Amino acid sequence: MTAIYILLGFFLANILGYGGGPASIPLMYQEIVKHYQWLTNVEFSKMLALANALPGPIATKIAAYTGYQVMGWWGLLLALIATILPSAAALILLLKIISKHRQSSAVKGMTLLVQPVIAVMMAVLTWQMFSDSYHSLGWIQAIAIGLVSLIALTKLKLHPAFIILAAFIYGGGVLPLL
Amino acid sequence: MNACYKELVIGMMRTGVLGFGGGPSVIPLIRYEAVTRYQWVNDDEFGETLAIANALPGPIATKMAAYLGYKLRGTTGAIVSVIAHILPTSLAMVLLLAVLNFLSSSSTVAGMIHAVMPVIAVMLGLMAYEFAAKTVKGLGKLLGCIFFILSFVLLQVILVHPAIVIVLFLGYGAYHYKIKNYLNKKFSKNKERSA
Repeated sequence: MTAIYILLGFFLANILGYGGGPASIPLMYQEIVKHYQWLTNVEFSKMLALANALPGPIATKIAAYTGYQVMGWWGLLLALIATILPSAAALILLLKIISKHRQSSAVKGMTLLVQPVIAVMMAVLTWQMFSDSYHSLGWIQAIAIGLVSLIALTKLKLHPAFIILAAFIYGGGVLPLL
Repeated sequence: MNACYKELVIGMMRTGVLGFGGGPSVIPLIRYEAVTRYQWVNDDEFGETLAIANALPGPIATKMAAYLGYKLRGTTGAIVSVIAHILPTSLAMVLLLAVLNFLSSSSTVAGMIHAVMPVIAVMLGLMAYEFAAKTVKGLGKLLGCIFFILSFVLLQVILVHPAIVIVLFLGYGAYHYKIKNYLNKKFSKNKERSA
């Protein structure tokens, strides 16, 4: 039964995510934390931190880890298949049959209209993460770290991997002393 | 023939391991391997495939990897290509988190995890902003805001499952440009009449 849930959860989260892997993050969160409760909030954000610090596609890293947590190596395999196979097969089939729909206004409109839903889900997830940080760090620390990383990402345009590394160093070196 | 598989595995593994920031940011690297370095496809074909891949849901880099593998070596090629692209980072995820979990009782690791959460929140917030900006660019401020509010109410107040909300929005999206064109025509006719 768990195998079917893994297939179903990751299939659903990725088949609804238009705009590549990042668009699927809130949808995967919905399945992994809210629906099936495979991971807690904290575990999910820990996973997201590592996934963002490592290279490669983000959706497959999340699928690999969650699948492994839930059902070991078989879980990893199933989660990856559910994430990749449907859309990859669809692309190959579509290229064989037609290429004229690419410019169709229906496809463009559909891709556009998914954006506001993803934006809202992403914003809600952001809020969730901040309120979790508030519980573990308190307002001052949470906001200070958030502000520093915001400036580092947008103004200094530092690579996300460096910022995550810096946060790890600060958290491992300074926080236990406070 | 074997050289072809070797190129495919090396090329896809390189893009999987060197591309930071998720699938979409890896696309230029894949283009470099596929078009410039190994010349599996020409630039036009790559661009055309990318456009179709963008119109489909799901992760983008794996779609491109599968297509390139399929183009070179059929179904087996597609499977080899995708595995080469995602295997190193998938294994790294499992191993690194196993290490972290093993050490999670230490206050150092607990501190690391706590400190990284606001960073992740900011990254998600920036992504939310990007998706919102795309919405406003495509729909305009007024219509964009209406759809933000609508999806917020559906998702957070009425607690409709996201899948249903997305399917509803997709349904309208399929007719969005038609409706827009129709309204534009009607509006400009009215304008002509009144002038």
